[in-house]
This record gives sequence, structure tokens and C-alpha cells, in this order.
Amino acid sequence: MHPAPSVIVFTALSGLGFGLLAFLGVNVPDVTGMTAFIFFFIAYALAVGGLVASTFHLGNPQRALKAFTQWRSSWLSREGVFAVLSLCVMGIYAACLIFLDLRLPVVGIIGSILSLISVYCTSMIYGQLKTVPRWNQPLTPFLFLAYAQTGGALLSGQVYLAAGLMVLLMILQYAHWTIGDTRLAAAGGTIEAATGLGHLGKVRLLESPHSGTNYLLREMAYEVGRKHAVKLRVIALLLLGFLPCALLVLTAPGHLSALVAIVLHVAGVFAARWLFFAEAEHVQALYYDRHRAA
Amino acid sequence: MNKHIQPDLDTSPKVSDEIRKTTCYMCACRCGINVHMQDGKVKYIEGNRDHPINRGVLCAKGSAGIMQHYSPARLKAPMKRVGPRGSGEFEEISWDEAFQIASDWMTPLREKHPEKLAFFTGRDQSQSLTSYWAQQFGTPNYAAHGGFCSVNMAAAGIYTMGGAFWEFGQPDWERAKMFMIFGVAEDHDSNPIKLGLSRLKERGAKIVGVNPVRSGYNAIADEWVGITPGTDGLFILSLIRELLAAGKVDLEYLIRYTNAPYLVNCDPESDDHGLFLYDNDGKPQVLDRATGEPLPFDQQGVKPELATNYTHKGTLYRPAFQLMAEKYLVDDYAPENVAERTGVKPDTIRRLAAELARTAFEEEIVINQPWTDFRGEKHDEMIGRPVAFHAMRGISAHSNGFQTCRALHLLQILLGSVEVPGGFRFKPPYPKPVTGHPRPHAKPVANSPLNGPHLGFPQGPEDLAIKANGTPARIDKAFTWENPMSAHGMMHMVISNAHAGDPYKIDTLFMYMANMSWNSSMNSRGVMDMLTDKTEDGEYVIPRIIYSDSYSSEMVAFADLILPDTTYLERHDCISLLDRPISEAEAMCDSIRWPVVEPDRDVRGFQSALIQLGAKMKLPGFVNEDGAAKYQDYADYIVNHERRPGVGPLAGWRGEDETGSGRGAPNPNQIDRYIENGGFYMDHIPEEALFYKPWNKAYQDWAVERGIFDAPSPYTFNIYVEQMQKFRLAAEGKGELQPPDHLREQLKMAMDPLPTWWQPFEEALVDGEEYPIHALTQRPAAMYHSWGSQNAWLRQIHGHNPLYVSGEIWEQHGFEEGDWAYLKSHHGEIQVPVVRMDALNPKTVWTWNAIGKRKGAWALDQDAPETKKGFLLNHLIHELLPPKGDGLRWSNSDPVTGQAAWYDLRVNIRKAPTPDNLQSEPAIAPQKSPVGQGPKNIRYGEDF
Amino acid sequence: MTTLPQSTHKKLGLAIDLDICVGCHACVINCKEWNTSNYGAPLSDQDAYGAEPVGTFLNRIHTFEVKAADKPAQTVHFPKSCLHCDDAPCVTVCPTGASYKRADDGIVLVNESDCIGCGLCAWACPYGARELDAAEGVMKKCTLCVDRIYNENLPEIDREPACVRTCPANARHFGDYADPDSNVSRMAAERGAVPLFPEQGTSPVNRYLPPRPKADIQTDGDIDILAPFLDTSGNGNTASGTSSTSAKGLLGWLDKALEAI
Ligand SMILES: Nc1nc2c(c(=O)[nH]1)N[C@H]1C(S)=C(S)[C@@H](COP(=O)(O)OP(=O)(O)OC[C@H]3O[C@@H](n4cnc5c(=O)[nH]c(N)nc54)[C@H](O)[C@@H]3O)O[C@H]1N2
Ligand SMILES: Nc1nc2c(c(=O)[nH]1)N[C@H]1C(S)=C(S)[C@@H](COP(=O)(O)OP(=O)(O)OC[C@H]3O[C@@H](n4cnc5c(=O)[nH]c(N)nc54)[C@H](O)[C@@H]3O)O[C@H]1N2
Ligand code: SF4
Ligand code: SF4
Ligand code: SF4
Ligand code: SF4
Ligand code: SF4
Ligand SMILES: [Mo]
Repeated sequence: MHPAPSVIVFTALSGLGFGLLAFLGVNVPDVTGMTAFIFFFIAYALAVGGLVASTFHLGNPQRALKAFTQWRSSWLSREGVFAVLSLCVMGIYAACLIFLDLRLPVVGIIGSILSLISVYCTSMIYGQLKTVPRWNQPLTPFLFLAYAQTGGALLSGQVYLAAGLMVLLMILQYAHWTIGDTRLAAAGGTIEAATGLGHLGKVRLLESPHSGTNYLLREMAYEVGRKHAVKLRVIALLLLGFLPCALLVLTAPGHLSALVAIVLHVAGVFAARWLFFAEAEHVQALYYDRHRAA
Repeated sequence: MNKHIQPDLDTSPKVSDEIRKTTCYMCACRCGINVHMQDGKVKYIEGNRDHPINRGVLCAKGSAGIMQHYSPARLKAPMKRVGPRGSGEFEEISWDEAFQIASDWMTPLREKHPEKLAFFTGRDQSQSLTSYWAQQFGTPNYAAHGGFCSVNMAAAGIYTMGGAFWEFGQPDWERAKMFMIFGVAEDHDSNPIKLGLSRLKERGAKIVGVNPVRSGYNAIADEWVGITPGTDGLFILSLIRELLAAGKVDLEYLIRYTNAPYLVNCDPESDDHGLFLYDNDGKPQVLDRATGEPLPFDQQGVKPELATNYTHKGTLYRPAFQLMAEKYLVDDYAPENVAERTGVKPDTIRRLAAELARTAFEEEIVINQPWTDFRGEKHDEMIGRPVAFHAMRGISAHSNGFQTCRALHLLQILLGSVEVPGGFRFKPPYPKPVTGHPRPHAKPVANSPLNGPHLGFPQGPEDLAIKANGTPARIDKAFTWENPMSAHGMMHMVISNAHAGDPYKIDTLFMYMANMSWNSSMNSRGVMDMLTDKTEDGEYVIPRIIYSDSYSSEMVAFADLILPDTTYLERHDCISLLDRPISEAEAMCDSIRWPVVEPDRDVRGFQSALIQLGAKMKLPGFVNEDGAAKYQDYADYIVNHERRPGVGPLAGWRGEDETGSGRGAPNPNQIDRYIENGGFYMDHIPEEALFYKPWNKAYQDWAVERGIFDAPSPYTFNIYVEQMQKFRLAAEGKGELQPPDHLREQLKMAMDPLPTWWQPFEEALVDGEEYPIHALTQRPAAMYHSWGSQNAWLRQIHGHNPLYVSGEIWEQHGFEEGDWAYLKSHHGEIQVPVVRMDALNPKTVWTWNAIGKRKGAWALDQDAPETKKGFLLNHLIHELLPPKGDGLRWSNSDPVTGQAAWYDLRVNIRKAPTPDNLQSEPAIAPQKSPVGQGPKNIRYGEDF
Repeated sequence: MTTLPQSTHKKLGLAIDLDICVGCHACVINCKEWNTSNYGAPLSDQDAYGAEPVGTFLNRIHTFEVKAADKPAQTVHFPKSCLHCDDAPCVTVCPTGASYKRADDGIVLVNESDCIGCGLCAWACPYGARELDAAEGVMKKCTLCVDRIYNENLPEIDREPACVRTCPANARHFGDYADPDSNVSRMAAERGAVPLFPEQGTSPVNRYLPPRPKADIQTDGDIDILAPFLDTSGNGNTASGTSSTSAKGLLGWLDKALEAI
């Protein structure tokens, strides 16, 4: 899939934002007043920023409100609904906390759960797609939730929890990649299956429907070189887990090391998210003879 | 909750305000179209269901007609050149000025040397007008594009059987049970062939594709014969040998309808060696089995011998059939001995011969329809041999093409499958004996019309266009000893001959509708140089060039004066029985175009412009006695011009009562009647006359009534072409008219009266080790030559063209996806992207034709893919063969007809580094666009 | 998954005959031509005369080469437009409800005035049958020419999709798969058509009629060949190598054959 900046920013930032909100809703860290305001501001900036970024991907953003209507069937719609719900609920919680110094634990917990559901919905936008076998695996929602929670823990200053989650995240991410590498084949993703011509022999594309490109190819036929991908995977793991984790565990806790850890992790998240899209093979590209098993 | 919600749709929206029915011209197939108009704009074009050619369907080009009509590359007004030739710098002028310039250039020529005007009309659908105009001007130098296109096919058909594939005939799609298609990618009959193939499939007929490339029609064929280019003649003669050896030929058919029994002079010493025995009435003689006496071939009840030695006045005669059988029943044509060259396995050849024989003779069709032949014999039924054939440039665009096409026709005739149910059928005005055609005329006289039509079918050396001093009379050297039967002229030789001043210098080159500086020439770069070359005193070697195009093509840049044509939706046209009509095997048909929209630019239909220019120059035929213009425009001419009394451009609704078909006085309402009828006219042939047309009395009488002939003209097919033997005799030193010595051997080989095969010339001359590969082009179904690239929709499909390389060559050279290659011929080298193809003859590479474009042409961006990755194979092909070492340069043409031998090209290939800029080579310097560049984004249809 | 109809009365769709499709792109362009000035927004083209022309099409033709060991490679032209799936994932993923499947005839459509152009439906389609129009920002797809097939302003015979009407090879057929006796149902049954890419679980309505088996040149040896008339054994089945045919043999045969006429 084409690693469009808007979707990378959307999923990465909103994940971090909702991850942080989920922590804030259960009172981690225990803050009020101005400090609370700063934490909530960061969380909202990330979550809302991500959502806004997602609208850059739309052909007709002015109609975005219509996207709330199909929650019965559409994960994208659900994602919108839950994002707004969690932002509202958490808004009430945050307002009370910041301005009234009033803690409403039930509202907070509900908000936290809604935030996690939002992340889950986001993950299911991708995880549901049979057409993208790499995404269409049970680990996808866990992976998204792990990203959100790790980011949340980091941003909320939970050093050891964050470090622990990072280890878990690295394992999950590695597993997602490894399983992901087998998914296209497992889904019967060959040009022979796609064309139904396999009984006649080996199939290859002789001539594309058009000599130039088209929407489908631009959007869905992205390919990264195997070597390049491996390199990026290593870098992503280093950035999102290994380095920040080492930093947190091996250095004295402090704002600077936390900040560096966050920066490293977020860079890792972006790298991993870029790969999440770039490596994902869409089956329709088989008709263009892309994604042939090497 | 679960309720399904869906919007209410208007499923009956208005389609259009009005439908105007005219004829497509996105190619030469000439399908009928319904043009849907809304608010005065063209909204949608679909096929006309009633139309005989396309019966409602429409190809990609036809549907993209809207984009062609609104193309940004349309010329806007007449122009005169202001920059150097080739630069594309022009100034728009008025039509009055344009006509004045043209007349100032041409009138003085006519007064002294009419031949100094060369008028060549390219892809012309109005040849009966343009040739008439040239004749009235008096220049011998006129032809259309046939010489570089497929004259081999046309001439071989006409000399052999009085008609040819495509325009002149068609397979019996409804009855054939086996169909072989040779060397066809698209052909002119684009939609009819597809409709026909689909009918064959529906009926379970077997389709065999003979083609080095398995694409298009060959992809859907039940069997693919991936023949090696240039060897079809051998393959066919091998089939013929197998059929003869098994006695699987239709003897009765051969005796009745062909010259197989004609007695041929077999005395090599005789002056008439190889000619037929005639009686005093000039009738060819056959030997009657009953009496042992020679009798006229058409005598009722004659029972001719097909093999005998007959001595007449001391001279030995034998039937043509016997000569043929002896020629082919030799080991040279045994399947084993042709297998290696053709790339077709011996067993495949044998099996195909057997399948042809079985289908023709064991699956015979009988139609209970009595008919009477030209001898007066009555037949109770029509017997069909349901094997049909079709072929096109794959066999004709070779230097052995004429004889290969002849071989194919001979195969058809031996199987008795021409003009019978299930076989091949002619379309009116064909069949027509070769002797019924005009012969060439080439004698200019100052200030007078030419002595007769330019083009025709020579019957012997006396018909050659050679001046008294032995030099060619025509600038293209058509109808000379080099290519005696060049029935369509040789447009591809005009520019190089004019540049060389050989056989003489010309003054004005007037061209219409041919992209001669680009894809329709061999050696495109050389042609560009010739067009821009100057003499020592700074004048262009070819002093003046007038050109008519509708669009900003590559050729426009090389003209001095541009006469801008309209698009096909803006003008009158007629697809006439005097020319190449749209007839079907079962009906005589013709059609028109008419302005369904008016031009919004200062352009004129070329035919109207030509008529007006003719009147301005006071050409006979275009002015009345008082010197006033005879016709206002083409529409006026179409209705009122009469070629013979009562016979004019259009056949339908003639005469005062509007009931004349083919014959009748001009009817001022004729065009309106055509428009009411959907743009065409159709007159069905009676049942009794539907088959056996050359010999069928009912057909002959019907054709005379329709003005197709003035008297019945039955004839027999020529398995043996006596006219060719006359040229051979001359080569042997007999007769008064003698060829130059250096051509004698070539003539003896080429003018064989029986089909034969020789190695393609280029192949014979180049080193086979150095150039081991055949290189071809094919027409893409969705593009028409160079025109398609200006079309925003079509160019997305074919914006550039890779070179398809056979799997074998691919592996041998270690190519990988995305690679580029150098492709080299004896003449040049190009650098192009390559793609692997396994369904391809192993010794062959090919590409789509005419996709590559010159930068600046067609209102495209300079970086358009057509100009970057796109390329032309033409840079590798030369109009002359590599030197033989005899000090002469021989032309790269068929030695019989002069047809350009495009597909003889031999090349070698090497891997090239992928160019950083992904630019194919050679890249020609840009031309300036006189029409600017097309808009960035478009949304056709937003107004509706 | 609530917004797909439980079932549809009709299942309108196409049968595409891979045995006769010659890859001419006629259906592609006629589809574009009809649809650019009918249902919904025009099908725009970007950089139309430029270096990278790209436009919206609802139907496209791929050309594949198929190679089995020991057989000559085969070329197959493969038209592709929306298959109007029964279990259309493109519909259920749509967040706005713009994508829907009609309950009465099963046509899958996009209601453009609701479409936000998120592209998710195109992601959900395994066949690559949806394209986002760059100018309008809405999703475009084959409408099965819903504005033709019921259109009372068209003569009855023309109430079929534009691509079907125009296909010169008659490789596209339109009909109702819910009716087992319809043209398309019968063709699909006779020719053993299978749903495209069943692994994707979309239950497509359109069917592809597979290419018929090609005459296999390998079997040459088994097929009767012509018996030379001079083959005195009279046994036609001699694959006799270079049979030494000669004109002499011909004469004897001719004599007899001509007697018979
Ligand atoms: N769409 C479209 N239609 C067109 C045109 C166009 O540009 N576009 N052009 C029109 C014109 S001007 C013409 S002349 C006709 C030409 O119509 P075609 O004759 O169909 O044209 P070509 O593309 O030249 O096809 C030649 C075919 O012969 C094959 N071939 C080459 N050499 C050999 C050989 O030695 N033996 C055999 N058996 N096959 C061989 C090639 O692979 C190719 O398939 O098409 C007309 N129709
Ligand atoms: N390598 C290679 N080269 C080939 C061939 C091949 O097979 N291989 N085939 C050869 C053959 S068979 C042919 S026929 C030629 C074809 O070659 P051309 O005849 O040169 O073909 P077109 O590109 O169709 O060019 C015709 C010109 O007519 C113009 N034109 C289009 N419509 C109109 C109109 O309505 N009025 C006027 N006045 N002009 C118009 C176009 O803009 C274009 O400039 O190419 C030949 N060249
Ligand atoms: S074949 Fe196509 S381009 Fe040619 S006349 Fe017919 S519809 Fe027009
Ligand atoms: S129009 Fe028919 S034959 Fe041509 S590509 Fe489309 S389906 Fe195939
Ligand atoms: S083919 Fe694709 S767009 Fe059409 S219904 Fe099926 S999934 Fe949806
Ligand atoms: S692009 Fe339009 S139709 Fe497709 S899912 Fe998004 S809103 Fe629905
Ligand atoms: S049914 Fe209509 S919209 Fe669909 S591919 Fe055919 S022409 Fe295009
Ligand atoms: Mo041609």
C-alpha cells in the first residue's frame, strides 16, 4: 500500500494520543490543574491532530460528518464515532479535573475504555481487510493497542511500565512482521488465483491495461525492496524499543532522558508505521503482476 | 434497524437531444455511428445497429472519436511557413491567400511540366476525386498510400482471382467451418473481423492463426502457428504439395472456373513460351478429352484435360495445371524440408493439410439454390467448401509478399473455396477481371489532362510507365522493370527520389494525410534530412511542399503551406463504389459523412478545398465552359459529378424518382436521403446471384443493371498469370521492350506465373549471424497510426511501446525486467525498453506501431511518454537494401509490385545500460507546436 | 454487517468470455465515453496531454501470458470491471453509506453526494474495480450502466450496458444470474465458469467464461494425415516422412479422377 503521510500521521499520532488518554483516564499520572492541562493538551493535540490529518486523505472532507452514520457496519465509521465519544467523555473528565479539581473516576474509566476502543477500531480498519493479508491477521489489533499503550505509558512518564511494554511491543511487532510475511501466500495471493487461469499454466502480466499509472497502482501497488525493508525493520525496532528502553533502564530517570526516549520511540513508531503500509501487499495488485513471491 | 436504505435513482435520464448518423473515421474501417448531440455538442458516439459494416458495435478508437474531434492538436487555419523547414514555425493566413499561393506555385507547372507536381494522397478515402483532380492537372505523379501499405495483397488478389481480401472480399463468416488467418493484427476490417470471429466461435468452427506473434486474433485462435517471418510462402506451398499429393483438390472447380486447363506453350525457344494457346477469336484453348482437340475454354460441354502433352503446329503445349503440379510436387516443398525455415513442424503441416481437405471435401455444404453459369449451364445447387482464409500485411509486407499472397489464393482455389458457400466471397464492385481494370497512364502533356488514369494493372511490358529514353515516367518509378506491377504506385519512394532528382527533379510536392516525415516512411530521420536539405544556392532541394492535415502532426512541420482539414464529424465525404466502398458479400453498399457539427475554426474539408483550388486553377472537370466553378464544394460534387452517364460517386437514390440504384441521373436530394437512411445505402444481391459471382449469370446481369459493369464480364481465375510470363519473356530477351540487363535475373525469378518463394531480400543480403533476429511491428487495436496519441483517452492505454522479445532471445541475452536494449540493423541503431514474451516465434522481436512521437508534435508535452520511452522501428528500416557490391542500390520492396518490405527487417540485440533519463534513442530535436499544448486536466462530459 | 441487502431479487451482472476477448479495449473506451457524461461526476483525466496522463476508468483490460511446461505460451486478454459481489466488502467498509448494493437488482453503486472519498472501499475490493476520481474526489465504479438498462429514453434493444453493446467480439453478455434460465446463467453453467478469486469470499455475481482448450500441437502425431494418392498400400495413416511424391503418380490419378467428373 502507498505509505501516504496522512494515514501514517493519523494512525501514529491518534494512537499515541488515545494511548495517553487511556492512562490519564485512570489517573496515571496523578495530576491536576496546570500539569493536568498540559498532559491533556498533549493527548488531545495528538489525538485530534491525527484525526485531522486523516481528513487530508479524503476527496471530499467537507462531507466528513457523514462518516459517522455507518457505525453498524463500518470500522472507519466506528472509529470516528468512538474517537469523538472518547474525546467528549475525556473532555468532561479533563475539564472537571483541570478547572474544578474534581475527579470523576467512573467517567475517567469509561473514557479510558472508549479511547482503547477507538484504537481498536482504527486497527480494525486495517485488520478487517482481507484484501491486504498482511494486515488481516489477529495480531493487528493487539499491535495497535500495544503501540498506543506503550506510547501512553511513555508520555505519561511510567518509565518501567513503558520499558516493559516496549519489550512486549518489540515482540509483537516482530511477530506481526514474521506472520505478515506469510499472509499473502496463505491467502492464496498469487496471480494464478487472482486470474483463475492457473489451470492453464504459470501466469504473468504481458501488458498492463494502460502504459502509465492509475489510482489503483498509486494507492495500492507500492513495493519496497526486501533488503530495504529488513534494514528499516531493524532501525524501527532499535528506535521504537531497544534504544529508548535501554536509555530508560540504564540512565537515571530525568526529563531529558524521558524526552530523548519519547523522541526515539516516536521516530520508531513512524518508521514502523511507514513499513506497516509500505510492506502491505494488496491483492488487487496481483492483476498487475506485482507482489510476485521472490 | 436492518432495513436496507438506498437512494432513489433516475434510471431513465435523458440520453441526448438528437442522434445524427454518419460514418466513423478513426480508421479506414468506416463503421456507421450514431452521434448523440446535446446542446449542440457531441455527447456520445455509439455504433449504428443497422449499418452493414459494424452492426452496432464500435471499437475503442471509434468511441474515442469525441476526444479526437475536440483534440487540442487540431489545426485552426491555413498556415505558411515562417521558420526553417522542420522547425514548426508558421503564420496563419486566409484561405484566399493559401489558394493564391498554391495556384501561383502550381499553375506555371501545368503550363510547362505538369510532372513537376507530385500529388500523393496518403490515407485517402476519396481517391476517385483526388485521382481525377491529378488527371485533370495532367501530372503522372499521383498515387495514394497503397504502395507502402498492402499492394501485394490487393494486386495478388486481383491478378489471381479478380478481387482481394478486406475491401474487395470477406470470409463467409456464417458458413465457414475452418478458418485460417495469416499475418493479421487488426486489419482495416477491424470490427467485421471481430464480429466474424465471434460468429465462428459461436458455431464451433476452428480458427487457426498463422503469425509469429500470439496476440489479438491469434490469442483467441484455437491453434497458433508461430511461423518465422517471411516464410509463409513456403508453408503454404508445402500445404499445397500435400493436397496435390493426396489428390485433395477440387478438380471440377479448377476445370470450370480457373485457367488450370489452359494450354501453355512449353517450348522454351518459342517467342510465346509460357503463353496460352489462343484461337482466332482470341479465346484461350483447352484440350478436350472427348475429341482430343483444342477447344475454347468456355465452350459448352467441353471436358478439358488437366495433364497432357499436346503438340500444336510443332509446339508442345501442356495444361497450366500440370505445370503447377510438377512445380510443387517436388521435395523442396516437402514438410520436412520447409520445417526448419518456417519454424513449423512437418507433422503440423501435414495435419493442417489434412484438416483443410477434410473440412473442404467431407464437410461440404449444399445450398438448394439453382443458378446458371456464364456458359449457359444450369446448376441445381450451390456447393460449398467451408474453409475460409484471410490474410494481411504479415504476408504482404515482405519482398516476397506478392508471390506469397498468390500462393495463398492458389491454395484457396485448389480447395474450390472462393465464391462458394463457406469460403471467401467478393463484395461489389468485385469480382472484376484483372483485364477489366484500367492500365497505367503516365504521359503528361502541358496544359492538358493526363492521357488516362494513373494507376492500373499492367498486362505486359507495353503498359510500363517508361519514357522513350528508357527512364521512369513517374517520380516514384512505379510501373518500371524494377517493379512492373506496382498497381498502387510507390508513395514511399517519392521523397527520396525527389531529393535525389532521380528520375527527374520536381518542383512542388503536394501531400495529403500521410505522416511522411515520421511513421509512414522508412528511415524517418533520413527523410527529415531530405525534406530540409538545401542546394548550394540555399534553396530547398525539394522546392515546395504543400500539405493537408487536420492535426499538428510531425509532417506539418516540414511543409511550406498548410491546408487545414476538418475533423471527420465536420465534413462531407463519400465512400464510393467508384473507389473502395463498404459493400458486403450479400449487398452493394456505399456511405457518406456529413457535417454533424460545423467547424469552429477556419478549416475546410480537404476535398472541398481541392475542388475549389481546381476551379481557381481552371482545371478541366472543375470549371464550366464559361470558366466558372463547376462545383461549389465536395457535397455538390458528390451529388452532381458523373463519371459515366448516370453513374456518379453515390449509388443510392439516383434519378428523378429517386429509385435508381447504381444508375440514374443526379438527384439533388441524394445526400438528404442518405442522412435519413443512417448515412449509407444498401442494395441486396438476389439469392440466385449470391455465390459464384464471377461466373454467375444472374450476378453479372445484376451488376450491369447497377452500373458496376457496362456489359457482363465473366472470367476465370488465374492459377497461372500469363501477364507475368510476358515480363519473364522480356527478361529472357524476347520481345521488343527489353529490361536493363541488371534486372533480368530478378525479373525471371520474380515474374514467375506460378506462385513461388524466395528468401526475403534483406535476409539474403545481410549476414545471418550478425543480424539473426526478425523485427516486426503490429497495429494496436486501440490506436490508429500516429493519430491516436493526441487522444487523451487512447494515449493512456498506449503511451509508450516496449520491444517484445521472445523468451529464447531474452534468456540468451540475460535480460531482466526493466532492461533496455540496443537494437541494430544494417541501417541504424535504436535504444529501447524491452519486455519478455513467450508466445512469440523464438527468432522474433516486435513492437506496437507508430507510438513514438517527435517532441512538440500533437500538442503534447515535450516530456510525453510517447516522445521519451516511445520509439519507432522505422529508424532501422531503409527504403534501399544494403549494397550488394554491384554498384547499385536496390529498393527494399517486392520486385513485382514495389510494396515496401517493412517486415523483412533483420536486427541484432544487445543489453543497454538503463538510461538515466529513460529516453529512447534516437531522440529527434523538438518541433514548435503551431497550436500550443493541450490543457492540463480535462473532464469531458461535465457540460451534460 | 448491516448494510448489504440480505438477498436481492435479481442478480444482474456480466458474463465475460475469455475465449473470445481479443483485448481490443473497445469496452473500456465506450464505458468511459458513456459514463463521463452520464451517471455522476465526469470521469476526469489528469495531465491529459502531458508527461504522466492518468484518468478514471471503470473497466480495464489486462493481458496475461500463460505458460505450461511443454506447451506454447498462450495469451489471454482479461477485462476487469466491478463484479457486483453478493458479499461486497466495499459496501460494508464504507463509513458514509455512499456505497450500497441495490436490493432489487444487486447492482453495487456509489451515491456520490454522500461519498467523502476516503478510498476505503477501493482498499476493500480485491479486484481493483474502484477508482477515486482525482477531480471530483469521489469514488467511481462500474454502475452496470444502471442509467441505460432501464432507460425508457433508449430503444429497448439498447437497454444493456455500453460495454456489452459495443464489444465487437461479443465477449460480454449482460443478464440476470438469479434466473437459472437466463443467457448468462446458461453460459456460465455450460462453460464451467467459476467465480473470480473465491479465496476472497466476495461471492461475485459476474462470471468469467474460461478460455477453451487450445489445439495442442503436441498431439500432431495422433492425427490422420493425408494419404498420398500414389501410396499403393492404400493405407492413409502412414506418417511416411518425405513421401517421394512425383508428378508421375499424379497423372494416373488425374486420369481416373477426371473420368469420374
Ligand atoms: N487499430 C488499428 N487498425 C488499423 C491500423 C492501425 O493503425 N490501428 N492501420 C490500418 C492499416 S493502414 C493497415 S495497412 C492495416 C494493417 O493490418 P494488419 O495487416 O493486421 O497490420 P499489421 O499490424 O501490420 O499486422 C501484421 C501482422 O502480421 C504479423 N506478421 C509479420 N510478419 C509476418 C510473417 O512473415 N508471416 C505471418 N504469418 N505474419 C507476420 C505481425 O505479427 C502482425 O500480427 O491495419 C489497418 N487497421
Ligand atoms: N514500422 C512500420 N511503419 C509503418 C508500418 C508498419 O507496419 N511498420 N505501416 C505502414 C502503413 S501500412 C501505413 S498505411 C502507414 C501509415 O502511415 P500514415 O499514413 O502516415 O499514417 P497516419 O499516422 O495515420 O498519418 C496520417 C496523417 O493524416 C492526418 N489526418 C488524420 N485525419 C485526417 C483528416 O481527416 N484529414 C487530413 N487531411 N489529415 C488527417 C494525421 O494527422 C496524420 O498526420 O505507415 C506505414 N509505416
Ligand atoms: S473500426 Fe473503429 S475506428 Fe475504425 S471506423 Fe470502425 S469504429 Fe471507427
Ligand atoms: S470490447 Fe470485448 S473483445 Fe474488446 S476488450 Fe472488451 S471484452 Fe474484450
Ligand atoms: S468487485 Fe469490488 S467494487 Fe465491485 S462489488 Fe465486488 S468488491 Fe465491490
Ligand atoms: S470512498 Fe466514498 S464510497 Fe468509498 S468508502 Fe469512502 S465514502 Fe464510501
Ligand atoms: S456495465 Fe457500464 S459501467 Fe460497467 S463496465 Fe460496462 S459500460 Fe462500464
Ligand atoms: Mo496501411
